[in-house]
Amino acid sequence: MRRFESYGVPIPGLQLEELTGWLIAIEGTDGAGRSTHIARLREHLEQLGYAVAETGFTRSDLASRGLRRAKMGNTLGTNAFNLYYATDFADRLEHQIVPALRAGFVMLTDRYLYSLVARAIVRGADPTWIKRVYSFSLRPDAVFHLRVGVDDLVPRVLMAGGFDYWESGMDIPLGEDLYESFVNYQGRMIEQLDELGREYGFETLDATRPEDEIADVLARRVVQVLEGSPPLTATRPATAG
Amino acid sequence: MTETRYGAQVAVPGRLFVVEGIDGSGKSTQLTLLSQWLRQSGYHVVLSAWNSSPIVRETTSRGKRRKLLTPLTFSLIHATDFTERVDRELLPALKAGAIVLADRYVYTAFARDVVRGNDPAWVQSLYRFAPVPTVAFYFRVPLETALHRILTGRPKLKYYEAGMDIGLHADPQESYRLFQSRILTEYEKLVGEYSLHALDARLPVQVQQRLLRETVRQHLDGVRRAAQ
Repeated sequence: MRRFESYGVPIPGLQLEELTGWLIAIEGTDGAGRSTHIARLREHLEQLGYAVAETGFTRSDLASRGLRRAKMGNTLGTNAFNLYYATDFADRLEHQIVPALRAGFVMLTDRYLYSLVARAIVRGADPTWIKRVYSFSLRPDAVFHLRVGVDDLVPRVLMAGGFDYWESGMDIPLGEDLYESFVNYQGRMIEQLDELGREYGFETLDATRPEDEIADVLARRVVQVLEGSPPLTATRPATAG
Repeated sequence: MTETRYGAQVAVPGRLFVVEGIDGSGKSTQLTLLSQWLRQSGYHVVLSAWNSSPIVRETTSRGKRRKLLTPLTFSLIHATDFTERVDRELLPALKAGAIVLADRYVYTAFARDVVRGNDPAWVQSLYRFAPVPTVAFYFRVPLETALHRILTGRPKLKYYEAGMDIGLHADPQESYRLFQSRILTEYEKLVGEYSLHALDARLPVQVQQRLLRETVRQHLDGVRRAAQ
């Protein structure tokens, strides 16, 4: 019987055997088309009769307000910020993801711990430590990385309304201006996601391919996972600690 | 792996003294007396309690009010808060050469979070930025003595304070008793593991204070004082 496991430490009070759904994570930088593909995937799976739920970044009840406020004023130190993000993530895991999995849903998560780990490492956190912090996370059934190189990312982001302060790493910052910092920051984020992808077994998709082509691959792979084909994420990363 | 363990070894001119113990152990009284003595001796003293930074406080109180906190998020939000306190308050004061007196420190979290079912090594890793104290005092008190001090007068116990979130007992007072007794057990493990300096909290207040000052005095060589 398929059952969930965490990346190392248990979530207090959670019976893993109760979780009968599937957890699919879509990773990628801003502008990689995550929300488009999640919407298409959802429609496809619902057509097939699966119950689907979605969750995304800082949508938790507990900390999202505080996180937004903290971002506005940049009022927390880097170390505290990393732990605050982990709090928000844990809340989302326990109050959104776990109930959906318990109810047998396919949970599509718009980014997962990997983006948070990557942003922490880019901001100087010790990689072993930050992975250890997140070691309560449930291992997904599959992780898809919609990958776009920085050169292809720039025009997409310009078309979508320009560079965001945080997505450009301006809190660090990594350049003289928003553009320069964006290029450097996103470059490092992609590097980190590639690294994490090797460790945690992502399936990487070239997000510069035509939208329909990517949607087809995603749909096919996810259905294979749901129907019980061995997911490609079977490689276990070394347990941090 | 050292990088995920609790405790930052930092070379600073200041000193950090910590008091720990269950509710009703008398630790806060002792810390107040100690701070008066140190101030009168010309030292720069910074008192630090487990108060929230404004941003995190909103999340913590919202979480408590609406009972949104689970053992996992309870642990994480307090670690967030503590880490902010380290970077904004403790480290700057220690670097400036002050004597920092902390009412409760990481050991409170270690005991409380583990009682709530979290993995001990994981909880410790959340506190890797906390400077290791010069001395951490543990005020050892029998459970009944502490409970008597706290529960006389039938206080209104808060939900999380009484450990109601982990379903020990439907009655807050009973839940509080059970919760405190488990925390006491965890504290006793920490005494050995972290070489906490245990003091007998049943002794008269002034006797405990004398013992406390004797130990603190041994660690004050070279600490900056105001001209007397």
